Amino acid sequence: MMSGRNIKYSILIKYRTMELNTFVKNFAEQFDETEATAFTPDTEFREIEEWCSLTVMAIIGMADDVYHVRLTGDEMKASKTIKDVYNCVKSKF
Amino acid sequence: MFNPYSLDGKTILITGASSGIGKTTAIECSRLGARVVITGRNRIRLQETFDLLEGTGHLMITADLTNQDDVESLLNELPQLSGLVNNAGIALPKLFAFITNEEAEQVFKTNFFSPFDLLRGIIKRKKLIKNSSVVFVSSIAGTTITSLGGSIYGASKSALNGLSKALALELAPKRIRVNSVMPGMIETPILADSSIGEADLEADRKRYPLGRYGQPQDVAYAIIYLLSDASSWMTGSNLLLDGGYTLT
Repeated sequence: MMSGRNIKYSILIKYRTMELNTFVKNFAEQFDETEATAFTPDTEFREIEEWCSLTVMAIIGMADDVYHVRLTGDEMKASKTIKDVYNCVKSKF
Repeated sequence: MFNPYSLDGKTILITGASSGIGKTTAIECSRLGARVVITGRNRIRLQETFDLLEGTGHLMITADLTNQDDVESLLNELPQLSGLVNNAGIALPKLFAFITNEEAEQVFKTNFFSPFDLLRGIIKRKKLIKNSSVVFVSSIAGTTITSLGGSIYGASKSALNGLSKALALELAPKRIRVNSVMPGMIETPILADSSIGEADLEADRKRYPLGRYGQPQDVAYAIIYLLSDASSWMTGSNLLLDGGYTLT
């Protein structure tokens, strides 16, 4: 049985981690026309037909809203896959 | 030499004078003979502006115009004014769905409620002399065009335009003129607030028929025209300053 202190610590760990699959889900949620299955860590997001300037801003908005991280347009430009964006957000998390 | 745009003998209050359009406007007003009263939140940067002013008799008052106590304090220190430039403003380039209540409130507090508060206090205390001029620094954003992420900023500037028109009417009997300038994108530190990268900014500059963003002095000289006696018959108007952007 976990002690009081251990329970607190494990809750702290849970809220401070950034899970890749959850990030991919959050990424996919910003799209209205594309199937969720199209989104994997290795997806090159610019290949998605729905990708446009609106979705760039939506991903930046999501990073701020969910992870409280400020992504810039240049950082999005430098990223190729969803995992690249995840790594960028994680490095500032 | 005759100069209808001279600000000799005029005392002008400029908000947001620590940087950008406000800083340049303050300096150029001083070059045209005005005594300027500058205000801003950042004392160090405000001092930098102050040190660049030409002439003497200028005043510098550090104040956060979203803070009621600061506004009260500023109002108490103000001399009689011949002009007021409501320039302090912030941007929030963010898609509507992600904007929090706090963020939206902060934009409106700075861009709308601060000039509202300040000007109301100035009018109640009769700090604006006859034939004085009030200028609001608005924007083409929200009022004429918009962009992705421009909802709250645009809304705040549209609010200013409505306010400006009503005030022009109400203050006309006192011979106080009220006008606004509506700039397009200007090369100032506010651009650093956005997540737009340099490559995208460069592409955007090319969308302006005149091939560039505006410089702070492009706006300053329009404000000076509105502050000067040269615009004595102009009130309730919005001066478009956009390098031709809204033509297309």
